[in-house]
Amino acid sequence: MNTTASERAAIVVEGLHKSFGELRVLRGVDLEVADHEVICLIGASGSGKSTLLRCVNLIEPVDAGRIVVEGDEITAPGVDVNAIRRRIGIVFQSFNLFPHMSVLRNITLAPTKVVGASSSQAEAQARELLDRFGLADKADEYPDRLSGGQQQRVAIMRALAMQPDIMLLDEVTSALDPELVAEVLDVIRELAASGMTMLIATHEMGFARDIATRVCFLDEGVIAEQGPPEQIFSEPEQERTRQFLARIVAAGRM
Amino acid sequence: MAGGVPGVGSSRGVPRLDPEQPLPPGSNRSRILGGGESGSRSVWVAVASTVIFFGLAVVLIVSSPGWPEIKSTFFNGRIFSESFPKIVRQFSTNIFIFIVAEIFVLIVALFFAVLRSLPGPVFAPLRILAIAYTDVFRGIPTILVISLLGFGMPALQLQGLPKSEVFWAIVALVLVYSAYVAEVYRAGIESVHPSQTAAARSLGLSRMQSMRHVVLPQAVRRVMPPLLNDFIGLQKDSALVAFLGVVEGLQTANIISAAEFNYTPFVSLALVYLVITIPQTRFVDWLIARDRRQRQGGTTL
Repeated sequence: MNTTASERAAIVVEGLHKSFGELRVLRGVDLEVADHEVICLIGASGSGKSTLLRCVNLIEPVDAGRIVVEGDEITAPGVDVNAIRRRIGIVFQSFNLFPHMSVLRNITLAPTKVVGASSSQAEAQARELLDRFGLADKADEYPDRLSGGQQQRVAIMRALAMQPDIMLLDEVTSALDPELVAEVLDVIRELAASGMTMLIATHEMGFARDIATRVCFLDEGVIAEQGPPEQIFSEPEQERTRQFLARIVAAGRM
Repeated sequence: MAGGVPGVGSSRGVPRLDPEQPLPPGSNRSRILGGGESGSRSVWVAVASTVIFFGLAVVLIVSSPGWPEIKSTFFNGRIFSESFPKIVRQFSTNIFIFIVAEIFVLIVALFFAVLRSLPGPVFAPLRILAIAYTDVFRGIPTILVISLLGFGMPALQLQGLPKSEVFWAIVALVLVYSAYVAEVYRAGIESVHPSQTAAARSLGLSRMQSMRHVVLPQAVRRVMPPLLNDFIGLQKDSALVAFLGVVEGLQTANIISAAEFNYTPFVSLALVYLVITIPQTRFVDWLIARDRRQRQGGTTL
């Protein structure tokens, strides 16, 4: 990759704008993510966290600004979208497993169809993942028979099977019953420990404080404040960050 | 999001009835099944009332003054046993027609359904083409399309153009029924939530791969019953080929009926259709039930 040093970051987002009709969701987001960083995006619902993640994976086309992933500008015209998505895994709030396929097939579909791995290769890799995250006995089950926490862990493995350089996690615990949140967060902790670069939109403040190398507070479509978790959660500089955290504390969620 | 009360929305902790355990006396299970009576007794009541009802109906019909004429005109035993084998033999033409037509309908209809669900302004002409096709062929009576092609095409006398009526009848049936089935497919495709496509595309699958591996398998499962509906319609409409002079089931029944001055051959043919179509319905019901069992593991909802 022939790129300047400043562009060697895992992700560079510059002046990103995105509107849905009249609604201006992102109004100039700038963000740089280094390799192995774990960034937590916090902010109220509608502040643009999910939209930012969906733009980085090109699920949503951007209106203005640019996104550079490992030196390649992915927002440039004529870029191979499928090739970029292979390097970036995304996990959704609602799991979105394929209900007509077994757990194993959910995980092996993309490696066999996109990368052209042999089915025995893909299966071996999938079983390794299932083993690593404690779901080896569920390989032949269908998603409808798993708990929400198990489904979300499978969704994470499905993304990992493509061996992405970067993982985007979009409020992956928001749809789970409280007692199932921990098992999913444990998986994410393990990923962070293994050095995976991650961009995580979350409402779990305790988890963000725990795992993030940096926390970004989104408000009204821009990153209003960012810094190490200790600073953001203990002595935020911005008034609106303070207000947001006060609401979270009042709701008993921290 | 997410309420703070543990266990809310979870199915855990809800007491389940164990089917192995005998129910306590006075439980409402038997009341639900038998309307207040014990299970085996209500079965006997059902059997007895059914036998009496249909027995009375048969007695009433058979003892009515016109019955001997009706019987000899529609249910003539001799004509039935003579005509039935002939009709079954000629019905093989119908079977050939509808099986070939069904295979092509599945392909052609899928093609138009996928065309119609292509997004973006670039594909507008293809979408318009697909819409025009379904509008036209759903709007014309099937027998008209069969006449147009079956009489018209051979009359052209063009080199290399098949002259067989059966060929053109199949083409006509494929054109008409693909229009219906394309709409069935499209309803199925649109019923699959966009998040499924988003998940597939985010893994790097192309638009076509997502369609092929993620959307279509789910869509087809959901539209099995209406798909079968259209197929049974097509099988019955294979009789319209008689209009072109092809000697198939209906034409054979027609010929025998005219020769014998009797309508029993039509009843024979009706029987053949029922024997063909009813098992298909049961088969699809079974397929759907099996698929549900596989996915949900025996939980009866």
